[in-house]
Amino acid sequence: MSKAISKIVSTAVPLDIANIDTDQIIPARFLKATSRDGFGDNLFRDWRYNSDNTKKDFVLNNPTYSGKILVAGKNFGCGSSREHAAWAIKDAGFDVVVSSFFADIFKNNALNNFLLPVTVSEDFLQQLFNAIEKDPKTIIGVDLEPQTIMANGRSEKFEINDYKKTCLLNGYDDIDFLLSIRGDIEDFEGLYATRY
Amino acid sequence: MPKTLFEKIWDRHVVKTIDGGPSVLYIDRHFIHEVTSPQAFKGLEKRNIELFRPQQIVATADHNVPTLNQHLPIKEELSRIQVQTLVENCQKHHVELYGLGHPYQGVVHVIGPELGVTQPGMTIVCGDSHTSTHGAFGAIAFGIGTSEVEMVMATQCLLQSKPKLMRINVEGQLGKGVTSKDIILYIIAQISASGATGYFVEYAGSAIRDLSMEGRMTICNMSIEMGARGGMIAPDQTAFDYIKGREFAPKGTLWDKKLAQWKQLFSDEDAKFDKEIFIDAAAIEPMITYGTNPGMGVGVTGEIPATADPKALTYMGLEGGAKIKGQKIDYVFIGSCTNSRIEDLRLVADFVKGRKKAAGVEVWVVPGSKQVEQQAIREGIDKVFAEAGFQLRQPGCSACLGMNEDKIPAGKYCISTSNRNFEGRQGPNARTLLASPLTAAAAAITGEVADIREFI
Repeated sequence: MSKAISKIVSTAVPLDIANIDTDQIIPARFLKATSRDGFGDNLFRDWRYNSDNTKKDFVLNNPTYSGKILVAGKNFGCGSSREHAAWAIKDAGFDVVVSSFFADIFKNNALNNFLLPVTVSEDFLQQLFNAIEKDPKTIIGVDLEPQTIMANGRSEKFEINDYKKTCLLNGYDDIDFLLSIRGDIEDFEGLYATRY
Repeated sequence: MPKTLFEKIWDRHVVKTIDGGPSVLYIDRHFIHEVTSPQAFKGLEKRNIELFRPQQIVATADHNVPTLNQHLPIKEELSRIQVQTLVENCQKHHVELYGLGHPYQGVVHVIGPELGVTQPGMTIVCGDSHTSTHGAFGAIAFGIGTSEVEMVMATQCLLQSKPKLMRINVEGQLGKGVTSKDIILYIIAQISASGATGYFVEYAGSAIRDLSMEGRMTICNMSIEMGARGGMIAPDQTAFDYIKGREFAPKGTLWDKKLAQWKQLFSDEDAKFDKEIFIDAAAIEPMITYGTNPGMGVGVTGEIPATADPKALTYMGLEGGAKIKGQKIDYVFIGSCTNSRIEDLRLVADFVKGRKKAAGVEVWVVPGSKQVEQQAIREGIDKVFAEAGFQLRQPGCSACLGMNEDKIPAGKYCISTSNRNFEGRQGPNARTLLASPLTAAAAAITGEVADIREFI
């Protein structure tokens, strides 16, 4: 079950590739489950494994890098709307994805699964990649309350709307909220039907 | 105050707006399919709540279905279970299902419009990014994740922040052999695969107005490939004529009332867009992609850019600076929610009539729906394909996404009328070149990337 997040302090896994689409994050042939569990095993499947299931030279196979934070290139999560991509990343142990740019649907899917997408400047992103490359043990701190990300003595503020922030900090989800206003929705339907 | 087409529809669907947060947006139509719905049904059952408005949902099975021998049980166990789960969920929750064997079954973005379920002024969602297709009718239509599918099932609403608005104007006359698919591939090549992220796009201009509804759907379908949340086109007589008389279209006096409202759906003259782009239709060539995102495209007579991403070129086995024309092709896939409608099949059939596919090339034509398939048979298109050596299959998403039985083998080149050329999209290590149905047909005949204009 998803739960609240506020502060994450961790080493990070660097994925310095732009335009990573959700077909790479989780290929379609692994979308056949009818539950939300277990997708982490196939995270970046075709970048991690050859067709004979031997491992490829890929950062997620490299024990040098680990942590709860995934740092990725620009336009992360583009393409298919499959929420399985967010499930797979979360299931593999990540709580945060950092990039300079997220595709819209992925960003929503991540937020709905308490996986925090942190958008930073190109410059800050590059510094993160450099720092992790120099020292894979570099610690990154993400603090949701003040909306800051810190590494190597440098920090940057990130954007998130107040509503979503409250949800993440308290472990609320959108369905709880929407169910609480079902009366308003029924009133709206009544009005809408008379107008259109 | 002047309003855009988007704002007119958005404003009338806002139930309320949260301070400092998103709006509660009411959803008129919800399409579901077998891949992104099971976890949503499960979530509702876990919360012990019923579907709020099941009559506003339409379901079909498309992603996992085989395109041969659909009367037999699905061979692959997990696919079979997923399709069966959809059947059970729809029965249990009283959702209309056009499943395998039903005369309305097909790719979700093909059947919605063809049944008249998709109408102007609506808000439409589906757990599939190509839901933007329905925007061709002047609707706000966009793809959502499974948690959002659950929200719509539970409350018929979503929490959405209003996107920025972009208008793309395509003016002028298209050249010979240039189709709507080429327009959208050209636009994406111009602005890149992330060029419209954060925006909702309205397509306008004379070249857009001149398109059929099928052509408009192809354009709106690929809006997501430049990052846009959706794409839309103001409905006009072409749209009204398309809808009229369809199964779920309004009838009688209701038709007159709706039509009068639909005629108000356009961007006012002084409406403001956050960004505006102008495209000259005459400058567009038949397009083809060479790389691993839909923005990596060139005119068919062009060269693969010397500066192209080396990772993409390595995957594709292509060289920067080389001509794309003449590249050998192993497979041709004509289908997907982008280009599998009757007009696409007619266009291809007209061209291949009396021609034969090149030796060694495998050609799959996969109609978007049962209705498209039946229409093609009525028109004798099936015979034209059979004579040309093209295989006419049964409806489904097929080789667009490497999920069902139809996959392109590793290392092989496939010219495809679908929407994505991502690594592994059509199967592990498959190499995809996106193009229009006409350009794909020309490749089928010659066995290589060819310029359709030399044949017509």
